[in-house]
Amino acid sequence: MTHEMTHDKTGQSSLHMLQDQLQNNMRQYAMFIALISIGVIFTVLTNGVFMSPRNLSNLLLQTSFIAILAVGMVLVIVGGHIDLSVGSIVGFTGGFAAVLQVNYGFNTVTVVILTLVLGAVIGVWQGFWIAYRAVPAFIVTLAGMLIFRGALIALTGGQTIAPLAPGFRAIGQGYIPRLFVNVDAIAGFHDLSFLIAVVAIAAYVVLEIRVRARRKSFGFTNLPIPLFIAKIVIVAAMMWFVFSIMVNYRGIPYSIMILMALVLLFVYITNNTTFGRHVYAIGGNREAALLSGINIKLKTFYIFVIMGGLSALSGLVFTARLNAATAGAGNLFELDTIAAVFIGGTSMRGGEGTIVGAIVGALVMASLNNGMGLMNVSSEYQLIVKGLILVLAVWFDTSSRSSNA
Amino acid sequence: MSEHILEMSNIVKEFPGVRALDDVSFQVKTGEIHALVGENGAGKSTLIKVLSGVHPNGSYSGRILVDGAEQQFQQIRDSEDVGIAVIYQELALVPQMSVVENLFLGVERGKPYAIDWDTANSEAKKYLHEVNLDISPKALVRNLGIGKQQLVEIAKAIAKKARILVLDEPTAALNEQDSANLLDILRKIRAGGVSCIYISHKLNEVIEIADSVTVLRDGKTVSTHDMHGPDRLDEPRIVSLMVGRELTERFPRVEHTPGEVVLQVRNWSVQHPDDSNKMIIDNVSFDVRQGEILGVAGLMGAGRTELMMSLFGAYGKRVGGTLALRGKELDIRNPGDAIRAGLAYVTEDRKGKGLVLGMDIRHNTTLAALRAFSKFAIIDLFEEIRITEEYVQALRVKTPSIEQKVKNLSGGNQQKVVLGKWMLTQPGVLILDEPTRGIDVGAKFEIYKVMNELVAKGVCIVMISSELPEVLGMSDRVLVIHQGKINGELHWSEATQEKTMTLATGGVEK
Ligand SMILES: Nc1ncnc2c1ncn2[C@@H]1O[C@H](COP(=O)(O)OP(=O)(O)OP(=O)(O)O)[C@@H](O)[C@H]1O
Ligand SMILES: [Mg+2]
Repeated sequence: MTHEMTHDKTGQSSLHMLQDQLQNNMRQYAMFIALISIGVIFTVLTNGVFMSPRNLSNLLLQTSFIAILAVGMVLVIVGGHIDLSVGSIVGFTGGFAAVLQVNYGFNTVTVVILTLVLGAVIGVWQGFWIAYRAVPAFIVTLAGMLIFRGALIALTGGQTIAPLAPGFRAIGQGYIPRLFVNVDAIAGFHDLSFLIAVVAIAAYVVLEIRVRARRKSFGFTNLPIPLFIAKIVIVAAMMWFVFSIMVNYRGIPYSIMILMALVLLFVYITNNTTFGRHVYAIGGNREAALLSGINIKLKTFYIFVIMGGLSALSGLVFTARLNAATAGAGNLFELDTIAAVFIGGTSMRGGEGTIVGAIVGALVMASLNNGMGLMNVSSEYQLIVKGLILVLAVWFDTSSRSSNA
Repeated sequence: MSEHILEMSNIVKEFPGVRALDDVSFQVKTGEIHALVGENGAGKSTLIKVLSGVHPNGSYSGRILVDGAEQQFQQIRDSEDVGIAVIYQELALVPQMSVVENLFLGVERGKPYAIDWDTANSEAKKYLHEVNLDISPKALVRNLGIGKQQLVEIAKAIAKKARILVLDEPTAALNEQDSANLLDILRKIRAGGVSCIYISHKLNEVIEIADSVTVLRDGKTVSTHDMHGPDRLDEPRIVSLMVGRELTERFPRVEHTPGEVVLQVRNWSVQHPDDSNKMIIDNVSFDVRQGEILGVAGLMGAGRTELMMSLFGAYGKRVGGTLALRGKELDIRNPGDAIRAGLAYVTEDRKGKGLVLGMDIRHNTTLAALRAFSKFAIIDLFEEIRITEEYVQALRVKTPSIEQKVKNLSGGNQQKVVLGKWMLTQPGVLILDEPTRGIDVGAKFEIYKVMNELVAKGVCIVMISSELPEVLGMSDRVLVIHQGKINGELHWSEATQEKTMTLATGGVEK
């Protein structure tokens, strides 16, 4: 084995290692840098309003429905496809939910279940054409974009459907309850959120240490101790920063709780399950995946069913947040979602990408929306800026990939 | 002008965790064929990538002089400008385009914005003639065999007025005839004053054609030899310089005692993909027995790969025939069925079909066998690491860690990963399609030993190979395929190169 040989070479110096790390993970750092610079720019441009607890909490809420879509879109794009229909599905499923509740008086639990089922059924429809009839996803979902937008307008007659029951609204607007501290307080310390934050950060630190120990037992190279500690401190600090926003302002929204659960679930799916591995293999080299005995059609079908279900979930959160369904709901969400996924480092060519990256990408897109909203940038210019950002993100992706080939 | 057209001195190139080139110096004389040999991972391809500007100036240390002038290539274009042309093993032609379009791609003939097709075609004819290719410039590249495509690449290099032509394993995928033809062309080019750098694991070709040989080992230059002078090398000497020890045996032949029939194929017929009236595999029947190696010989395009791929459920439309495994008839519709039944197929096209290049060694190794260490679709990641380590060590894959992406491995080490991947599925029948293509002599020997070990454990092996010595050296029986039909079967003790070739070209056994 060449392990001994390489250990003394890579173990040279922390500095050398840091250089290697920086070079190899340029992509990841770049997206954090993008996020931070966007934050700084908007803070300056809005005289600090952007960084206010209230706005940041709001920003997280705005992130949630794009981030939910982005989680599924990572699988779609890693698998070598694209989904242009998510915005229309968000609108249609949201409209469906609102009609069920407002016009037919269904209770919230039933509405949620039926809506998620509808999303999955839409996924079955699109997945069928893509996986089993070999119609390119681009075409099927482009058609879906039209079909479900049309279906939404037909369903609602172009009217706004409102208002929703309080329980439904809570999905998009509500916060988890406090444990002991004064129940009515709007701002100020939120104990349950604090608890969750502490547990989450502690879990992260323990996990990192355990992974490191195991890697060591397998003779893998690890970061030198100082870098390792630095990494943990930085990540924990970032986690704390995000949580502290919520701890100090009303607490963690339900929609963020949903998102966090989804992220954990899908990180697990992508790293630890055969399905996740197969999706990456299919996107990375379809022929090799086929010869390895992977049922490509079935996995592709699953991807789109999952994407449909997540679109419906996003539709629920978005409708609840607006407390209404409108004919324009979800318009251009596909753009934000796809941009988020690419900014998050998923490869255009499939086979590469991470869930966590896409969440950071969703934060970038939501920050852009939020910041430009605060600055009262009119919607036409918002479109122009977002379009440019998408081109830049993909350009950065392709150029950083070809340079280290 | 100096005697050397190219001088590379003290080249050091590092990748994370690997020092691929460690103070390599290398000189090529004007108008010579200079062979570069070394084990898999010795650094041959890396040296070429430094020379051609794929690894730009600044990413390595050391000096490159062409005609005595120092060069600092930032990109491939720069090296082309001083007359360096590289032909990689993976051809860089556009298959949908015609030969003439490919020849002048990027340097189209004619006025700006309008191609002058008459000039282009007549020039193309000239260049094709120089490489002994008798084809129309308008032929589509995808309709040419791989040997002819290789020659088109060379013609393209000549058209660019290359003065240093580099060939990285040009004959790895060619049959003997095409290889011999290619060597002839190289001689002709040399006579025209062009220098060639020639990388190959086929040492007999190296001996035949090279004026000088440089041996690399572990990223270092071992020595350079003048093949016309007193220190000329013979094959055993090259091998011992490459691997650092003597290697006496080429094929570790072990007496196998074939047992019961494991795989039984009867009247297997597969439709031709382009012409539904024709059969690409025509009524083929054969058996494979427990504990034997069945060699499959034949010319390029005889249908060997198509036969095996179709048995594996991965090729074409079967129109008739049965396949039985240990007496049980199977209906294999896709590779998944085949793998579950205990078949494994190591493809000849490792980059296109064998590996997910962007994934690491671990994920590639386990891709076809994930089921074995996952429960309810959840992978036991630590078991996965343990098993991968085991295979990487057993096959001596040269890598800093199993987390290395396979696209960063040398060609031969990639091949070992593919082998490991399929051994891990614990197959009853292992089909190997050109298993040692691009593999160095030492590693070949190791792979042969692994084959023998598998056979001793009761696995039966079907080996397609275009290298006759390998087929004859390792197989217990040899099936010879000609135009989609079995044209004969030889027991190893009676099989000779001549007999096999006669059958492969459609002749009858005397
Ligand atoms: N881009 C890369 N990143 C990391 N390591 C690399 C990269 N390219 C090559 N290497 C490593 O450098 C070493 C030399 O590889 P190289 O491809 O030059 O070998 P080679 O002599 O051409 O072998 P083969 O005969 O198998 O083609 C190998 O250990 C390989 O893993
Ligand atoms: Mg090589």
